[in-house]
Amino acid sequence: MRKLFFSSAQSPALSSMLRVVMLAVALSALWPTHPAAAREAAPVAEDPVVEARLKTLASNLRCLVCQNQTLADSEASLAEDFRREIRTLIKEGKSDDEIVAFLVDRYGDFVRYRPPFKATTALLWFGPLLLLVGGLTVLVITLRRRRATPVEPALSGDEHARAMALLQGSGKDEA
Amino acid sequence: MKRFLPLIVFAVMAVFLAIGLFLDPRKLDSVLIDKPAPAFALPVLNQPRLPPVTLESMRGQVWLLNVWASWCVSCRAEHPLLVDLAGTGEVPIYGLNYKDEDAAALTWLRQWGNPYTMSIVDRDGRVGINFGVYGVPESFLIDQQGVIRYKQVGPFTREDIQTKLLPMVRQLRQNPSQQNPSQPDKKEGA
Repeated sequence: MRKLFFSSAQSPALSSMLRVVMLAVALSALWPTHPAAAREAAPVAEDPVVEARLKTLASNLRCLVCQNQTLADSEASLAEDFRREIRTLIKEGKSDDEIVAFLVDRYGDFVRYRPPFKATTALLWFGPLLLLVGGLTVLVITLRRRRATPVEPALSGDEHARAMALLQGSGKDEA
Repeated sequence: MKRFLPLIVFAVMAVFLAIGLFLDPRKLDSVLIDKPAPAFALPVLNQPRLPPVTLESMRGQVWLLNVWASWCVSCRAEHPLLVDLAGTGEVPIYGLNYKDEDAAALTWLRQWGNPYTMSIVDRDGRVGINFGVYGVPESFLIDQQGVIRYKQVGPFTREDIQTKLLPMVRQLRQNPSQQNPSQPDKKEGA
């Protein structure tokens, strides 16, 4: 069974550590449930359909206390309240859109993890595209200009004559 | 000119990043400004025999709703300012005791003074959600028609009260007729 998880050779230390961990997991299952833990686990006992919808909704909504966490990930007390409200709204037969609208009406678009497309967020959505187009334009202009630059004759007639003279070593200039 | 281009690009980026550095991501624009305050009916702290206070019952006056809790550290910092403000009689302050215990809330008021005309009790935070509360303390200035005119997220500073809140209070008192609240675009869920 263990081979499934650790296919290659294990060190004896790792193997014994694994045994300890597995023992701990097995023991913790036997442990009498702590009251605090029971409170956390309560939602699972509720209607699984409601919980599934809540989970999907909550993973697309922001916890406003810990702003870079979704509602599904957050254990902040406000997030708990949000989940309770969403559960209530689901049981009232509200659609997902209505539930999101309920929160957006109160907290603004920031509560959504996926910003909606509208005038104020247009730059957010099109910004990267604008940067790409800008970069390409600069690239094209630079390349065209480089090609358009006429190749100058390396030396004028007079300079050529002087160079020849130098190469031939007549040494006129040195004198 | 060409030689300075990288420097210019750097300077522009630096300016934007510096602005970003000084923005407070916790301060969100409230969507409720200039919208009717959500309806509520809540009991009065320590006065269980009084009928619940509703938004309707507050009509006709300009009032400040201050969301507070005894567990809220920033509320403690803000509290002396509210006591001072209540003393001036410029605007009545009503407390929304948010997700608190009655006993703890009463002890807190006894200890630090009570600036509130009354405190109403939102034990489970439901009314808080309807007001879009996400960080206590928060304060809402509500006008004669029950429309939210100003919102303060986080504790007031003396400057906020003098330069933002009080001018708004005086303006609302002077021309109560000029209100034209934007209609809420969605039906209320609660």
